[in-house]
Amino acid sequence: MITRIPRGLRIALLLTPALAVVVLLFGGGLLQALAQSLGHRPFLPPAPLGFDAYRELAADPAVRASVGLTVRVGLVSTAGAAVLGTAAALLVASLGRTRRGFAALLQVTLPVPHIVAALAVTLLLSQSGTVSRLAHAAGLIAEPAGFPALTQDAFGWGIVASYLWKEAPFVAVVVLAALSGRVAALTDAARVLGANRWQRVRHVVLPAVAPAVGAASVLVFAFTVGSYEVPFLLGRPFPATLPVLAYEQFRDPDLAARPLAMALALVTALLTGACVAAYVALTRRLSR
Amino acid sequence: MRRAVGPGVLVLGLLAPFVPLLAWAVAGGYGYPALLPEPSARGARLLATPAVVEAAVTSMLVGIVVAVLATAAGTAAGRALGGHRFRGRGIVAAVLVAPVVVPALATTLGIQVFFVRYGLADTVAGVVLVQLVPAVPYASLVMAAAFARLDPDAEDQARMLGAGPWQRTRHVVAPAVAPAAAVAALFTFLISWSEYILTLLIGGGTVRTLPLVLFAAIGSGDLPAAAALSLALALPPLLLVGFTARRLAGAGPISRDLGPAAMVRP
Repeated sequence: MITRIPRGLRIALLLTPALAVVVLLFGGGLLQALAQSLGHRPFLPPAPLGFDAYRELAADPAVRASVGLTVRVGLVSTAGAAVLGTAAALLVASLGRTRRGFAALLQVTLPVPHIVAALAVTLLLSQSGTVSRLAHAAGLIAEPAGFPALTQDAFGWGIVASYLWKEAPFVAVVVLAALSGRVAALTDAARVLGANRWQRVRHVVLPAVAPAVGAASVLVFAFTVGSYEVPFLLGRPFPATLPVLAYEQFRDPDLAARPLAMALALVTALLTGACVAAYVALTRRLSR
Repeated sequence: MRRAVGPGVLVLGLLAPFVPLLAWAVAGGYGYPALLPEPSARGARLLATPAVVEAAVTSMLVGIVVAVLATAAGTAAGRALGGHRFRGRGIVAAVLVAPVVVPALATTLGIQVFFVRYGLADTVAGVVLVQLVPAVPYASLVMAAAFARLDPDAEDQARMLGAGPWQRTRHVVAPAVAPAAAVAALFTFLISWSEYILTLLIGGGTVRTLPLVLFAAIGSGDLPAAAALSLALALPPLLLVGFTARRLAGAGPISRDLGPAAMVRP
């Protein structure tokens, strides 16, 4: 650190490496995706520009099915992770001596890669998986076909299960951190004032952790909408989620599919970006 | 008895999915409806094959380089964002957070052709570069939080006592943010270690990391191999996080704050 450097220049220098990565690779990628979705072809003779790719997407029932699946899986996974994660955090917070151990246990799925989670859910819930074998041993079913199809299924239950296993603990860890000493003191005050257990949860604890649940949920939603591995491994080839469909179009040897891939990528980026921006705007308004 | 139901369900939900992974990893034959597999060492032997060891070394190297570069860039950006008030700070913060929210796959599709053009496609350098996109924002956030928590008086006191800028950095600032830098390095390593689609997109299948080998095993339907590779992919992160969580728990308030900050990536 040399003090001779003026403050503004020093801040600029400090920010340069991180901003270079994000602006060039991320911002450049967004702009390139936009340009190529309109027909721009880098390093090739120019082609006519236009909104053909977007018109084609809007008219394609396969894309509509893909958007539906992506949003559905994202919403169900996020809602489930928010409810289960909050419940788990409240449960762990209410424990006595075993609390620390359970708080540590909550973090066990956080470092597990999503590919591993997808395989674990496949081996657990598929028609010949572990749960199906337990059902067979209990005499509930006679063969794998008697077990409901929970992986590679039409609804996307396998994808949801995989996300729940990873993201409910994520929400729980964030909420548990928000359940600090202040909340405990408020709960005690409410108890002294005669609030019963349900009233304490409803009027003290839930409002206190709501911002944490909201922030964690938005991150989970953005992630589930934009992630590739889990829907690729646990979903059906058709309809596929938006990222899977975008990558599929990108791999198409026919260069005519390139604008479609870029338009799908942009739609995915807009979907996640718009949701998070809306959430930030909403919370700003509420906190005023 | 009733009091144990909730914790029991929690333990079951968290740990149950690991059970079939462990069973399949040591399985020879495992036909339906057997509950226990016929044991075999094939999965363990597979992990020692040159192809898997090479992929693990590549994963490790890429992860370490990504962690070092991202933590360095994130520490610099975090110092500016967390330690200074300046015009445009909100915009800079928003720009740096954007890749946490918008999937990197969506933006990488657009620049893949440039990686090809400039000879970075199918190279380890290209893979490192593209993995910096999710890693750098993450490290910047963690470090900005750490610098924002610094006690401004501590540096002033050091200045009064005659410490120069270099001494202040070395004896006051660095020790205070070191635990956060460790967390940033650890989690950016994990981001890299788990990454599949960006590696495939830019590495083109020639840069083979462990996730690519695992995907190939799943695709070929070799479940014992896939389960063994899954454990090889999941164990290092579990051990790393388990070890550092205990170390960081002794670092006072930082671990409490970094709980959520460190988990900003679902």
